[in-house]
This record gives sequence, C-alpha cells and structure tokens, in this order.
Amino acid sequence: MCGIIGVIDKQRELMDGSSIRDALSIMDERGSGEGAGYAAYGVYPDYADLYAIHVFYDNLVEPKTQVEDLLETWGMIEHDEEIPTWEQNGITKIHTPWRYFFRPKTRLMQRSKTPDDEIVKHIVMEVNKSIKGALVFSSGKNIGVFKASGWPEEVADFYRVEKYEGYLWLAHNRYPTNTPGWWGGAHPFNLLNWSVVHNGEITSYGTNRRYIESFGYDCTMYTDTEVVAYLMDLLVRRHGLTQELAVRALAPPFWEEIERMPENEQKFTTALRLTYGSAMMNGPFAIAVASPDSIVGFSDRIKLRPLVIGEHDNRIFISSEEAAIRTIDSAISRIYMPKAGHPIVGRTVT
Amino acid sequence: MIIGSRPTKFQVVVDKNQCMLCGRCVENCSYNVFRMEPEGIITNTRNCVACHRCISQCPRDAISIKERPCDYRSHPVWTAQIKENIFKQAESGKILLGGMGNAGQYPILFDHLVLDACQVTNPSIDPLREPMELRTYIGKKPKQLEFIQTPEEDTSLVTELVPNLKLETPIMIGHMSYGAISLNAHKAMAKAVSEIGTFMGTGEGGLHEALYPYQNNMIVQVASGRFGVDVNYLERGAAIEIKIGQGAKPGIGGHLPGEKVCADVSCTRMIPEGSDAISPAPHHDIYSIEDLKQLVLSLKEATEWKKPVFVKIAAVHNVAAIAAGIARSGADAVVIDGFRGGTGAAPSVFRDHVGIPIEAAVAAVDAKLRKQGIRNEVSIIASGGIRQSADVAKAICLGADAVYIGTAALVAMGCRVCGTCYRGLCSWGIATQRPDLVTRLNPDEAANNVKNLIDAWTLELAELMGAAGINSIESLRGNRDRLRGYMLDQSMLDVLDVNAIGA
Ligand code: SF4
Ligand code: SF4
Repeated sequence: MCGIIGVIDKQRELMDGSSIRDALSIMDERGSGEGAGYAAYGVYPDYADLYAIHVFYDNLVEPKTQVEDLLETWGMIEHDEEIPTWEQNGITKIHTPWRYFFRPKTRLMQRSKTPDDEIVKHIVMEVNKSIKGALVFSSGKNIGVFKASGWPEEVADFYRVEKYEGYLWLAHNRYPTNTPGWWGGAHPFNLLNWSVVHNGEITSYGTNRRYIESFGYDCTMYTDTEVVAYLMDLLVRRHGLTQELAVRALAPPFWEEIERMPENEQKFTTALRLTYGSAMMNGPFAIAVASPDSIVGFSDRIKLRPLVIGEHDNRIFISSEEAAIRTIDSAISRIYMPKAGHPIVGRTVT
Repeated sequence: MIIGSRPTKFQVVVDKNQCMLCGRCVENCSYNVFRMEPEGIITNTRNCVACHRCISQCPRDAISIKERPCDYRSHPVWTAQIKENIFKQAESGKILLGGMGNAGQYPILFDHLVLDACQVTNPSIDPLREPMELRTYIGKKPKQLEFIQTPEEDTSLVTELVPNLKLETPIMIGHMSYGAISLNAHKAMAKAVSEIGTFMGTGEGGLHEALYPYQNNMIVQVASGRFGVDVNYLERGAAIEIKIGQGAKPGIGGHLPGEKVCADVSCTRMIPEGSDAISPAPHHDIYSIEDLKQLVLSLKEATEWKKPVFVKIAAVHNVAAIAAGIARSGADAVVIDGFRGGTGAAPSVFRDHVGIPIEAAVAAVDAKLRKQGIRNEVSIIASGGIRQSADVAKAICLGADAVYIGTAALVAMGCRVCGTCYRGLCSWGIATQRPDLVTRLNPDEAANNVKNLIDAWTLELAELMGAAGINSIESLRGNRDRLRGYMLDQSMLDVLDVNAIGA
C-alpha cells in the first residue's frame, strides 16, 4: 500500500501545503495512520544558501549537545530553532523536531569535488549512526521535510504545512509492513537535496544496502527506502549520471529489450547494467525522487505498483492515484500511466 | 606382527533365482568382483567399491549391495575409521589417499540456511509469466562510468568495458583435467555447456583437439605444472584461470600417475607418455602477490587483453585477505573452492581436515571486498560442495556471482561418488583412461544428462527468485536479507552476516 503524491511547478511558482495535504488525505485508505510526511522545496528563501538540517531529538540535553558539537566541528550554525508544531489528538509527540541553518567549512573536506555536500553527508551519517537520541531527517538547501507517525492530515496540521510555500512538494502516506511505524521510518527520506517517497518493498534491499555501504553510506533507518536517496546521491552527484540514467541503472531494461536496441544504445545500457548491477532495485515499487530542479517518478520493471502522471500548464504531478491529482487540480486533462521502469521527469526551466 | 585383513565394506549378493547368467555383471565390474562359474555367478565381495555399475546394468535386478556392518568394540574416540586408518598405515608407512570431497562429519552450512519467499505485502513473481533474468557477466567492472556530454545534449560513453564472460545461467562446470577424467566425459560436458550458454574448465591437462569445437565455452587452466600451456592453448580459451589451490587439498599440488598418461593424454599435456604428471604445490614463479600480479598481467598481455583471467584458490582461514590481494592483482574473478570440493585423489588428511566451507569463505570474501570498496570490480565464483539448485541460490545470496559444479556434473553422467577415481578403474567411463571403460560413456547421451541437470537447476533457481520477488540475478547477489540461519550459533551468523530465523 502507501500513497504518494508529488508536484513540481516548472516556473518555480510557489504553492502552499494545503492542497497537497488534501491530496494525501484522499488516499487515507492507503495508509494505516502510522506515518505520513511532506517534503517542500523553496521553503527557506531567507537561508537559501545554507543547509537546513532537521533533527529529531529524544531530549534536548545530551543528544542535542553532541549534534551541535559535531556541527560546529565542521562548520557554523548560523541560525537554529525548534520546528514549530501544534499538538494533534492522534499524534503522540515523542521527538522534538529542531532545525539548523548550517554553513560547512569547505576547506575541511579536501580532495572532494563537492566538499560542502560531503561534509553534510558525513554529519548525517555520523549522527544517525552514533548519536543516540538524535536523527537527522532532512539536510538539503532551502528544503524541508516534515514527517511523523500519524495520519496525513494530522501530520500536516501538526507542522501546519499550509504555512510553508514551495515550488516542489512530495508527500507520503504510510502503511508500514517491514518496520514498525516510527517517526524516522516515515517518508519522505532525505539526504542533502534528494527526497524520496516510495510505495512498495524493495526485495533487493540486502544487495543495495551492501553496495551503497561500500561507498560510505550507512543505512540506519531499518527500511528499504533510504537506500534510494543514497543511490541517487551516489549515482547523480558523485558519479555524474543524469537523473534519467540513474533511473535506468535502478530499474534497467530487460536483457531482451537491450538486445533489440541499436548498437550504441545497447552498448551504453549494457555498460550501465554491468557497472551498476548491485544498485538495481527489485520488487514492487513506485518511487518519486525530488531534487531542487526536478522530480522523477518511476516504477519497478514489471510495474507491480500504481503510478499516475498528470500534466497541466507548468505543473507535473506524480501520484499513486488519479483522484489525488484531481484533488489538487480538478481541471487537469492530461493524465497517463508511464511504462514500467520508464522515468518521468519534470524539470524547472529557471 | 601381522595385523590381518580388515572387514570388507560391502556385501554383493546375486539372487540365483533372478540371475539368468548373462554375464553382464562380469563384463561391467572393472574391479573384478564377479566371476562366472558353472554353478553360477561367484562374487569376490572384498573388491567392491559400490560404484553400482553392475546393478545399473543387470537386466534382472538380481544384484543387491549392502554396506556390510562389522562392529569393532565401540569407542567414541577410537572409531572404526580411525582404527582402520592406523592399520593401513602401520602396514604401508604411506600417506592415505581418498577421492572426491571432504568426508568429515562437519555440519553442512547450506543446510542450515533457509531462503525467503514473499507473501502478502510483496507479490512473488511467476517465472512462467514474467521475465526472469539469470544472465550473469563474469569479469571486471568499472567502479563508475564516465561520460561526455555533447553540445546537442547527447551523452556518450567514455568508459570501455573490459571483456567479460556472458553466462546464461550462473552455473558453470569447474576444472577437471583430461587425464583425471576421460575424453568422453570432457566432450559431454563441453557439449552441454556450449548448448546452454555457460562455461566449463579444462582443468590443468591442456585442451584436447576434440574439444576445439567447444573452445568458446572453455576456460583454460594454468596450474603450477603448466601442462599443455602455450599461446595457442591460451588463445583458444574464452578465459584463463590460474590455479593456486584446490578445495580438496589446499596447500598441496597434484599428481597424475604415469599409468593414466596414455598417448593422447601425453600429447595434450605435452609430457612424455607414461610419465607421472606432477604439479608442485607452489607455482615456482609465484612466491608473493606481486609475482601473481605479474603472471596475471603476462597472461593478459599474451592474449592481447582480450580474455578475462581468473585466479582460483582453496578456501582457507585467511581467504578474505588473500582474495582482496587477488582482486588488486588485476584478476577479473576470484574462484574460491571450499573444503567439500572434489578431486581425483588427495591425501585424506588434507581432504578431511584442511580448509573451510565455501559458505563461510564466500561470505567473508564478499564482506572484505565490500569493506575495501572493490567488490564491484571483481567477480566471485564459488565452488566445492554445490549439490543442488538451493545451494546455488544460497551461495549467490552470500555473495557469489556464479558457481562451479564438479561432482554434481559427474553424478549427472552416472558417477556414484564411490570415491575411487584415483584407481583409474571408473566403471562409468568417467574417471579412467582405459579404452574399454571410456567407451561406456556415450558423450552425446551424457551431454544431454548434464544439460538437463543445469537446465533443471536453472528453472528451480528462477522459481526461487520469483518466490523471493526478485526478477534478476543481480538483486540476489550478496542479498543476505533473503537468507536466514537455522540452528547456527551467533559467531557463525556473524561470519555469514545473516539473521537467525524469525528475525
Ligand atoms: S565394484 Fe561396482 S560393479 Fe563391481 S560389484 Fe561393486 S558395485 Fe558392482
Ligand atoms: S568418477 Fe567414477 S571412480 Fe570417481 S567417484 Fe565417480 S564413479 Fe567412482
């Protein structure tokens, strides 16, 4: 189960969180009230060039000091505050969400093409692996993830997502099967600028996890979705693949199809499959991945989970259900279902 | 002092009421158990090795063979086998030999691992309706791909892939040399692998002309004896394998007795007829990992960098570190042979007491290579003790790219694992060079049997993958999540890096 919905405005026109809240709620039967969340891009214009690091704290004493020490070792906290929340009946507040606006000292990560990203990645892994009682759940620039255990509307009201304005939204309603519903396990999963929502189960998780761990990513969330964010970071940021190519590596064409391709494409696709065989994902899934300038939707190679695309004016929608898209935009005319494994990409033009 | 004779192992009985005195048992038993006398078939039970050839050929089902119990005074420590070994050595003063794999009483780890299957939350995939991909590429892969982006927004690939072997199933047949086994056995397996689209090893005995038609599916071996190795041989193989060690006898070399070196074998091995073929324990040009690297590179150079080079080692305690060294030597694949690996002949003390099981070895090697971030760049082939398709699936989950089978392929051709291959009397025409015995194996029929076996395992593997919700072999490789340990202690679970059942 699980319901996903994402929307991008190609002109970066801002949308507040109210309609995405409604769209997600319409898919309530896809969830079990154990997890929901929202990711919004463009929400921190005042700190747009700083990393917005969101942390769940079990208490505001030991873990918080440790996280702040770590942040200060690697850079400067320019501003921080508790993420405002409003108690909801269905949500038991077990963590305190906190946010930092952070500037890494790039000279501390030499020999990297993207030192600031590397520093933040390192901090995220370090906190999630080693600091008990703290969990980084969002770490990109000018973006924020807001998630908790609860129903979509409760989580939205808990954070008052309608107060945030973004040009790209992702949202997820969870029906957990592999792990109990806990705050960290709710989607979207985020690393740096990547946010991922996922419906399904990745049967290749064991392979993917071992693969990604050999590149220095530590999987700590007990759930299959986090590897998708890490794989995108590895393939696109570090290995320089385009989003489309990355999706091709994650959900590659069957050999049969590859054999029918023109020679050049065949060579290319074979190389991709051989090199990134351990990154390829198996099992039923529909996934949407957001980055600051794009949203990508794709499903597994035999399409065991639903995925619907809607397009209208400057907006592209990706969802589990047409009804969710229509909740946001009732005038929408172009709605279609992409082919299995085929990436649908919406990009900003500015 | 005369120790006297030891009890016979088997009792061969011919049912006089059934026997029609056709004499087939006399003809078929290469160990001279049967004799035709006017009063009927007489047996010399003591010679029997339980190869079951007579039974398989008797038209009247007149023969029965039983393990013949004969109790010594029972003792938990000084078992019958220990005592008999002492008797033998007290008489001979020699090393005891044994054929086939480890016969020790170690638990079989494969049998303590269970595979996974999907239920509600995740659909299993039906291989009859959905594509299931078992194709595997063995060889070096780049760590990452490099592209150039042309102004027209076209991406083109800069990275050149090095040659890989393309396998339509992750099951190959490992190295058994011409000499140790017969030419008909070789032909049968070669034909089978070329029809399936997989590969087999030549063993260290060179490549016989009769196998040239199958050379695109043969992996040629370079062992310390360098038998049959010249550039023509190297060029004929689809890949080259340097053999350092073998699971059945880690740390020691090979020995093909002169009696088995007939004219044809002598020619293929490039050694004089009738001479013993000895491959020493070490390669005399390899005393360090740097030396190995040089050999890997020279073999590549000799074949113009067109062929993958594998290195085969026995699974030993430090196998992970050794494999990591091999991975960095430029080798395209590391072959790990577990202590259940078969052999024509090995000192039984080695066969039964040296080395470690393939399950643990593969898990440890995979883990080490991942830790060093190089797992993706080299392939792992697991061998030694693969008895069924479930073992293949489990080996892959533990980290292997593909497996080699050996004994299983022989069994498919009739071998009964009697373990007396070293005597050269194999009644099935497999492990022998005696012309009359060799002709017993029809290469076409045997090829069909081997092909059927690998086809059947491949189907089963596809079903197992489908049940686990996986439709390509890449996603099974190293997927420890799809395995659980049953009745394994924590330290073993840690080595295998699998959870216990129920977890
Ligand atoms: S050695 Fe083989 S053929 Fe001879 S009696 Fe025993 S089982 Fe039969
Ligand atoms: S190959 Fe022949 S001699 Fe060797 S174990 Fe099998 S049946 Fe016995």
